[in-house]
Formats: sequence, structure tokens, C-alpha cells
Amino acid sequence: MALWNEETVRVGGVDVTAIKGGSGEPVLVLHDELGYPGWMTWNQRLAEQRTLFVPLQPGFGRTPRVEWLRNYRDLAGLYVRMLHELRLEPIDVIGFSAGAFVAAEMAASDPHIFKRMVLVGPMGIKPEEGEILDFLSLTVRSHLRATVADPENTPEFGAIYGGEMTPAQFEAFEDARTETARLGWEPFMHNPSLPHLLNGVRLPTLIVWGDRDGVVPRGCVDGYRAAIEGARVAEIKGAGHRPEIEDSAAFARVVKDFLKP
Amino acid sequence: MLIGYFTERPYRWVPENEVFRNRAFYGVSNRFFDPEKGAEDYNYFLDENCYAEELGFDAVALNEHHGTPFCMGSVMNVEAAILARITKKVRIVLVGNPLPVIKHPLRMAEELAEIDLISRGRLVAGWVRGAGSEQFFNHANPAFNRELFNEAHDFIIQAWTRPGPWRYEGKHFSYLQVNPWALPYQKPYPPMWIPGVLSPETVKWCAEHRYPYLGLGTALGPTCDLWDYYADEARKLGYQAGPENFGYLIPVFLAETEDRAQELGKGFIYGGGQSAFSRPEHTLPPGYNSKDAIRRLAKQPGGSWLGVSADKLRQGSEVRKDNDDYDGIRQKLLASYHNAQKNLTIIVGTPKSALPKIKTLLEILRPGVFVVFNVQGPVSNQDRMTSMRLFAQELMPALREYGKELGLPDSLGKTPGSVKLNSGVSRTPVVDRSALSSLHLV
Repeated sequence: MALWNEETVRVGGVDVTAIKGGSGEPVLVLHDELGYPGWMTWNQRLAEQRTLFVPLQPGFGRTPRVEWLRNYRDLAGLYVRMLHELRLEPIDVIGFSAGAFVAAEMAASDPHIFKRMVLVGPMGIKPEEGEILDFLSLTVRSHLRATVADPENTPEFGAIYGGEMTPAQFEAFEDARTETARLGWEPFMHNPSLPHLLNGVRLPTLIVWGDRDGVVPRGCVDGYRAAIEGARVAEIKGAGHRPEIEDSAAFARVVKDFLKP
Repeated sequence: MLIGYFTERPYRWVPENEVFRNRAFYGVSNRFFDPEKGAEDYNYFLDENCYAEELGFDAVALNEHHGTPFCMGSVMNVEAAILARITKKVRIVLVGNPLPVIKHPLRMAEELAEIDLISRGRLVAGWVRGAGSEQFFNHANPAFNRELFNEAHDFIIQAWTRPGPWRYEGKHFSYLQVNPWALPYQKPYPPMWIPGVLSPETVKWCAEHRYPYLGLGTALGPTCDLWDYYADEARKLGYQAGPENFGYLIPVFLAETEDRAQELGKGFIYGGGQSAFSRPEHTLPPGYNSKDAIRRLAKQPGGSWLGVSADKLRQGSEVRKDNDDYDGIRQKLLASYHNAQKNLTIIVGTPKSALPKIKTLLEILRPGVFVVFNVQGPVSNQDRMTSMRLFAQELMPALREYGKELGLPDSLGKTPGSVKLNSGVSRTPVVDRSALSSLHLV
């Protein structure tokens, strides 16, 4: 039996392709700036109890580009509308990196749309200390390697990105990077008004962060903690920017614990 | 045929190993910039352009790059404004202003109008998208590069031609009160040439606008292909393209003896030369190229564009280590230097050995504009000027004659797009590939 399937939902005139898998109460999953990498161990662990709903971001190859989307808040607006129209609200959400930025923007615009929010290595707030990696000025290879603390000893990293990059993969990465530049070039991968708008939001929030994250510094985590009252932090020791594949057991544990019924 | 002079105005005092270590010119730290040397050089290069005028060149061409010792012209319009005042008759050709990275087309319209006025109508405006590295240096969103280029261009034409005040609200730029006081001296506006390195999208855009396309030292075979593409597009638009639609810029270095020319001409590969202009990740920023171009690149791992291949983009971004084998790199560069001469993408020699090569280029490409690009690297002012003098005194008269013989009108003498072509009528050739086969370049 297939673990997941693909479906298309029409929202605001856009055909959004989404991955859906698992069973139980749905959870919205927002992928990162490199695109949905495929159904991984952590997906499977979570899918035992929950139905994962993963929209594929417009412009990333599967869902067509939407010309009027010019920043992450616009994208958040589209996704908020999608949740309304699919009657999925209120829903739990897990956002990764730029996907966490989108989740935070959604919460800022409509705090009641989520029940609980998990932000993994979240971009979106300019850190007071440290910098979000200038990943658009790297080759894809270097960017990918920067996302995990120890590429050679992260089996799932090798499974998705090891070996020769095929023309299709190369093109998909270029699509993702192009769309990310369209939305996040300036200000770079953050929105100065986001912390102010999050300030009034009362939403159970868990921030997951690998203590060897080379893409998003601890300063971003601190920014979210300061903005969202009561936000908790789960640090995953030894992991980089992708704790979900670097230590999927620890990741699934903290997320399941936070999202338990 | 119009003959122009061009130099990148290289900063010649960076240790070559720093460029090798950085794997490119772009990004070499500006701690290697010495203001005394910079002051000397900016003044020298202005004088050099005056010398070009004195020698009889028809045009001096300037360009602009940022954050790199490869080219000191980071604000080309400043130099152009000075040349507008201190030269008397040469055309001042800008190849070109990088519209997307300047981000302020109204200001650009004003600057260029001033230059055209000060020079009393000697400006040739040119536009570029800006090299990939320029997008990073100026934090110009590469994903909107072509949109920014097109919108800025269209706005500037309007700003120069539509009586103000008027209101403009575009996708990327807004000016609610457009009324630039100083308008260009030339009417309706200065001629425009578009330099490029063979992006088909740019070539098509040029054909649509009837702008001459200036190939920047591009390989002969692909240049012929793209010029044919231009001419095919022109045919669809109802005109016959000719030499007035094309220009070619090529590295040329001459000396009194072959040995000396060969030695000093290595300046063209100093630090890696043009192919070390910027690292792959800086050459092709995300979204800078069209989807089609990325697809072409993805499918041809070895195929390259500006020295950038899909293979290189799949590699890492790391700088080299100090103990890497720079001598090995130099050996490879030396081989490429000889190959480039064989392929006629660099001309180095004495006037005598260079003449037949340049004639061959003119036969194949039939350009209305021919621009010589002086040497890069740490070559003395004296040697640079010797090369210019040898070209002007010993080659220019013969080349002008040859241009007449081949029938190569330039775009200032003959309006590009002025030869109508009725539908159903096939076009005449714009290039002559017969000499390509003798060079084994087909």
C-alpha cells in the first residue's frame, strides 16, 4: 500500500499540488526553501498517528508559479485561504526553515487558524546575533551540505542528495532557488514586521533547532521566543539545520510529544 | 565600418595568487586596493581614451563592473561624463549600463542625457542585464533581472521622448512625477547598442528593437549561429539584417616582435582571464537565466556558458587553499591562451601576423562595428599604448579599406532595420561560414 499520494487542490485560481499520507488528525507540513525532498523516516513516524498534508510551494516545479506572490506574507495569505476553503482550520502545523517563516506569517495574519505550531530552524525574523546563511550565493551542492552538520554520517541525506545530480534534480533546485529569490531576496529571508505582529499571538509553539545549525542561527530562535509568549524550544544536540533527517528519532519524539492529543 | 577602442581598465596590482585562491576576480578583497595606484590608474585610463581619439579610433567604449579588480569602471557614467568634456570627436559608447542593478531608471535617463549634452551628441547608450556577480554586489534580485531590464529600458525611452510631467506606475518602478529637465542632445534619443555573450533571449530582444548586437569576444561558430538567429527573427519582423545590426569586440594585443606580443599578451589570461571573472555560483544566480536556458544547461553537463557548466554548478563553492597547485593552473591557462589564438577569440602578435587574422574575422562575421579590447593584467602603460599605436598606424587603414571592400556599413551610417523584407522573400546571409571550415571551427 502506498504510504502517501498526491492530490491537487484548487485555491484562488491556483492548482496546488500536495502530498498527503498517514492517518488520523491532519497536520499541515510546510517544506523548506529547497523543496519537498520526499517521504522520509520522520514522515513515516509521524504518519502513524497523523495525516500529513504537504502543499508543494508554487513555483517549485510541481505547483505552477503564481506571479502575484512577491513575498512570504503573500504566500502565507494564499495558504490561509487554502485552509479556509478546505475547512482544515484550526490545524496543527510543522514548518521547516522558510516553511516555518510561512507558518509564522499565517499565524500572525490569522492566529486562530492553527491549534499548535512547530517551527523547525525557522527563518523569518532577523536575528540580533548571527546571520541567516547567504545560501543563494552558494552552489546548490554547497547549500545542501550546509544544511546538515555531518553530511557523510547522515544516511538520509545521502539517500536524497548523494550521487550524481540528475538534470531533473538540477532543474528542480534551480526552480526552488529562483522562487525563493523572488519571495525572500529583500529583506533577506525575514520580514521586519513579523515579530511585532506575532507579539499579540497566543498560540502553543514549539521551536526545534539543531545546535549545529549552519543556516539559521540561534538568534532566530531567540527572536521567535521573544515574539511569541510561552514558545518552547527543543534543541537537538549534534544536529544541523535538518534535525528531522539528522536525528529523526529525537525529532519525532519531541514533535509527537508536543502534538499529542 | 566603425572601429572602436575598449579596455576594462584593469586594476593591475593584485597578486595573481589572490585571484587563483579566490577562484575568481569577483570577491577578491578590497584590502588589495591602493588609493594612490587607483588615482593614478583612473587618470591614466582617461588619458588612454584620449590617446585612442588622437590615434584615429572612431569610438571609445566603456563598461561597468562591481566589486572586482577585473574592471575599475564601477560607475562608468562618471568616466563617460569626463570623456564627454575632454574628447572632441570620438563616439562615447557605453557597453553598457546594467539597468537591473542600478535600480533607478529615471536617474539613469538624466545622467545619460547630461553626458549626451556635454558631448554634443556623441553618446551611444548601451544596456546590459549585468553579469551575475553584479546582482550579488548590488543586491539586485536576480529572479526579476530580465523584468527589471525590460521595464527600465522602456521607461527610459519614454522619459526621453514623452513631454512631462506624467505619472508612471510599473511593476518594479514608480515615479508619480516624471519630467526630467535635461533631455538628450540627439533626437529622439542616443543610438543604443546591446553587448552580450550569446544569450538567445537578448539576441531576440535586439532584433525586435532593431538594436545592433555587439558580441563580446564570443566564439566564432556560436556567434555565427546567434547572428543567423537574429537575422531570422528580423526576417519575421519584415527586415533584412546586415552589418549595421552587428558589432564584435575582441581582445587584441600587438607588439613590435612576436615574442614580446606573446609574452605580454598573457595578460589576457592573468588570474584566469575572462573565465575567472566570477565563480560559477556568482555567474548564474538563482533566476538570472530563463527557464529554457537553465534546461539547456542542465542537459549539457559539459556545455558551458561564460565558462560555467552544469557540472561546475553542481560542485561546491569553496575557495582554494594556499597550498593548491597554482603552477598547474597556470599551465592549463597557457594552453587555453594558445587555443584561443588558434580559434581567433584572442589576437596577439605583430601587426603583420595579426592583419590576416582580423581580416578573416571580418569576412566571417561581417560586423559593422569592430572594437579592439586592450590587454588585461600587469602590462605597463607604455606597452598598452604601443599596442594601440601599432593597431592604429599599421592596421587601421588596411582594415578600413577591407571593410569597404566587404561592404560593412555601421549602424550610425545606416539605420538598422531600414532594409525592408517582404513576407515570403528569403533573407540574404549575414555571416560567411566558408572561412570557418578552414579554421576547423565548424
